[in-house]
Amino acid sequence: MIEFHLDTRSGVAPYLQIVQQVRQALLLGLLSEGDQLPTVKQVVMKVAINPNTVLKAYRELEREGLVSPKPGVGTFVTKTLGQASLTEHEPLRRDLEAWLTRARTAGLTEAEIEALIHSTFRVSVEEER
Amino acid sequence: MTTILEAHALGMQYGRRRALTDCTLDIPSGHVVGLVGPNGAGKSTLLKLASGLLSPTSGSISVLGDAPGSGPAQLARVGFLAQDAPVYPNLSVADHLRLGAHLNPRWNQEFAARRIAQLDLDPAQKAGKLSGGQRAQLALTVAAGKMPELLLLDEPVASLDPLARREFLKYLMESVVENGSSVILSSHLISDLERVCDYLIVLVTSRVRLAGEVDQLIAAHHRIVCTRREPDTLPAGLEVVSAEHTDRQSTFVVRTDAPLPAGDWAAEPMSMEDLVLTYMETGGPGHRPATPVSEAVLNDAASNEAVLNEAVSNKAASNKAASNKEAGR
Repeated sequence: MIEFHLDTRSGVAPYLQIVQQVRQALLLGLLSEGDQLPTVKQVVMKVAINPNTVLKAYRELEREGLVSPKPGVGTFVTKTLGQASLTEHEPLRRDLEAWLTRARTAGLTEAEIEALIHSTFRVSVEEER
Repeated sequence: MTTILEAHALGMQYGRRRALTDCTLDIPSGHVVGLVGPNGAGKSTLLKLASGLLSPTSGSISVLGDAPGSGPAQLARVGFLAQDAPVYPNLSVADHLRLGAHLNPRWNQEFAARRIAQLDLDPAQKAGKLSGGQRAQLALTVAAGKMPELLLLDEPVASLDPLARREFLKYLMESVVENGSSVILSSHLISDLERVCDYLIVLVTSRVRLAGEVDQLIAAHHRIVCTRREPDTLPAGLEVVSAEHTDRQSTFVVRTDAPLPAGDWAAEPMSMEDLVLTYMETGGPGHRPATPVSEAVLNDAASNEAVLNEAVSNKAASNKAASNKEAGR
């Protein structure tokens, strides 16, 4: 069983923080197929959070095909991300490193690089919607 | 979906002072509602109107579809926890539960006793000897033990230390899960509200400035920073909530239900805290005070509260005893 935490200063919506923590746990191999997520009651007792927020996070994870609810029992992981996907990430990470080197060579400061990544990311996320 | 609170042009006046003006709300059930605003903005008045402790001087209010405090059946469906979590100092923890069982038709003794055990409270302990956090938890246990469909809480955590506050909110959220209660909770601690609330009401100088589901409000508001310009040069469809200018830069908080159009500005999402503070400072669109949150406004607010307290203590034979009864009923 994993535990959640909540950072109210991060600016990330609380339900998204839970979604991200589940994804992270899947990537790190802390969760794998068949594992149960904490019940809504367990989560609210641990982090003092609105139960609707937890439900929203679990619905989002369900929509992504990562978990599925068993009525009256709980919510279970239906997909293992773990090692396989980390290997898939490796070439992407190398591309990103190469790009970062190019950006630095081009004279961009760290702040400029970060701003460029953030704005590009936001635009592409919005376009996908 | 049913409504937990519906108010139409609701107003409350003490003599010449307006504690609540033209308040129109329609809150769907299943929400944990955060009620924020400066001292004297009318938060306590609204909660007392909703619990039936006060009757409005104008407009109408219904809670769970009925007039507040209209009869035993209605009272059984609403729990009210007055400011500072009142308990009877000379009664023991167990006495409080007995009282709760005696006064409330839907009392759940199993729930209340389990909660007291979880909290590690000694049933024989006199309530007057409990710490502030324990007292608040006992009061919440009594209010939640009656299995209300709606819990009204007036600044329940204001006097608690951070740890006790967090514990209180955990048990409050557990009640929401276990009993399916809706909650209206007033507080100054926006970071707490950010955790537990999914519906927000901002009250400023007796008026509702903002009300709605938190997710929708956050999605609809943006802070945009651009070169100095007048608000009316912004694209149509953007409602300007606040505008600040330096000699070369303008910062606007805008509201739009459509996606924010692209423009020559940097746009940032807003946190709940930013949003609340913006509306508290400006008084919101259409109600901008001539001077932004001046001393005059604050003084006015302070005397509002004084008048309110006087009116309430007149209404109840003894303020404390009445509040205690409320916590129990």
